[in-house]
Amino acid sequence: MKIFTRFGAFILMLKGMFTKPENWRMYWKELMHQCVELGIGSMGIVSIVSVFIGAVSTLQTAYQFISPIIPRSVIAQIVRDTVILEFAPTITCVVLAGVVGSKISSELGNMRVSEQIDALEIMGINTKAYLILPKILAALITIPLLVILAMTLGIWGGRFVGEVTGILPNEVFDRGLVEAFVPYNVKFALIKAYTFAFIITAIPAYFGYNVKGGALEIGRASTTAVVSSCIIILLADYILAAVLL
Amino acid sequence: MISINNIAKGFSDKPVIEGVSAEFETGKCNLIIGASGSGKTVLMKCLVGLITPDAGEIMYDSENFSLMDEEAKKNMRRKIGMLFQGSALFDSKTVEQNIMFPLDMFSHDTRAEKQKRVDMVLDRVNLNGAHKKFPAEISGGMKKRVGIARSIVLNPQYLFCDEPNSGLDPQTSLVIDKLIREITTEYNITTVINTHDMNSVMEIGDRILYMYQGKKEWEGNSKEIIFSKNEKLNSFIFASDFLKDAKDMRMLELSGKIDEKRNMDQLLNG
Repeated sequence: MKIFTRFGAFILMLKGMFTKPENWRMYWKELMHQCVELGIGSMGIVSIVSVFIGAVSTLQTAYQFISPIIPRSVIAQIVRDTVILEFAPTITCVVLAGVVGSKISSELGNMRVSEQIDALEIMGINTKAYLILPKILAALITIPLLVILAMTLGIWGGRFVGEVTGILPNEVFDRGLVEAFVPYNVKFALIKAYTFAFIITAIPAYFGYNVKGGALEIGRASTTAVVSSCIIILLADYILAAVLL
Repeated sequence: MISINNIAKGFSDKPVIEGVSAEFETGKCNLIIGASGSGKTVLMKCLVGLITPDAGEIMYDSENFSLMDEEAKKNMRRKIGMLFQGSALFDSKTVEQNIMFPLDMFSHDTRAEKQKRVDMVLDRVNLNGAHKKFPAEISGGMKKRVGIARSIVLNPQYLFCDEPNSGLDPQTSLVIDKLIREITTEYNITTVINTHDMNSVMEIGDRILYMYQGKKEWEGNSKEIIFSKNEKLNSFIFASDFLKDAKDMRMLELSGKIDEKRNMDQLLNG
């Protein structure tokens, strides 16, 4: 029963975001601020995770390919497709659910507990629209870009390790990259990125915005937000794969 | 003027406020006092629309706040300033940015005009030179003053203060009280203050509403409170022996039986 109540409250929160902004310029400023916070601020961790995922993919795929009749360039195909289809969108967004999700949840939770949200309400500002909507929009703008970055760096990491370890020379890797390439996979990855971007901002925002209590509850809300986001990302990942592939 | 009529609010079937009616006058400091849990904060939150009352009517001059839709309430709130118990300053913004924020959001003035207004209200609350400081870098009393500056920057018609003296030393409390009183008179605004600070009650209580267990128990002014025979009120206000003695002295003084010097002599010589 509680889950339906929460879902209802979540939908009402989303509905409450869509009102005419009090001042377009201030909302634009907040959107840009969030783009920097969520997008630029996450580039470091996304880059590190992607490079290592690509590198490990190359090593582990090569490790399992012991048959001499399979061309080595297939390793590059597998690395490319796993990075594009799964690792770049899903792993990146699970990592971002931790980084961005806990940040959003604790920021809004702290604002709620210290009455800053009430102060904005008293000023006549729609706090759902001013505090939550720019975060969701910023994520929808920047997270697909981060996923594209993750794809690029993941494949580059795989290529780099292939060359350095001598498993797969660059020429062979490059040949494998263009073989049997399905452009739809990139589109599918971006659909996933948009879906996950919404999940990793809207759910933590809901938990943070509705915090009641003090420091302990902020921590609890943050944990619940990250865990819920991760589970919903994995669930959405399965549904999208089942429906769209 | 703000008038409330039969306001009631409960949580999980437990009544917190029951049938409270009162009038808060313009240009005066209207105090809501009562013990912790008596419902004064809930009443104040009902007044500003942060909580919707279960029953009753709230009138801001001729406008019925209870019947307004969300958009109308939002517009109404622009006439309201509020000082929160914990000041509720935006941590990531400087003092200047905190005060500038409502202007940036709602004012169509030029940057120079907004800056002039910010300088003026900061000067009004005696915080010149604190422009670039962050809330974490200033004292509790200064935070309250920044909170006051932010709440008056848009020239509100109504000012609400939720426990403005909590966590402050007696001297700073007096400064804050004096400031609220001056601003109320200067801008001719309706000020509603939620407090359990007895100094405030005596110093700035033009109208006092005493709440007891969610109901209005007593109403009057700071002179009437001295002579009140209401036992609940007396046991709340004059809880200590020191305050009881002070009350007796004040009663004698107000009734013209002794002068202030004799008061002091009596107090000093036991």
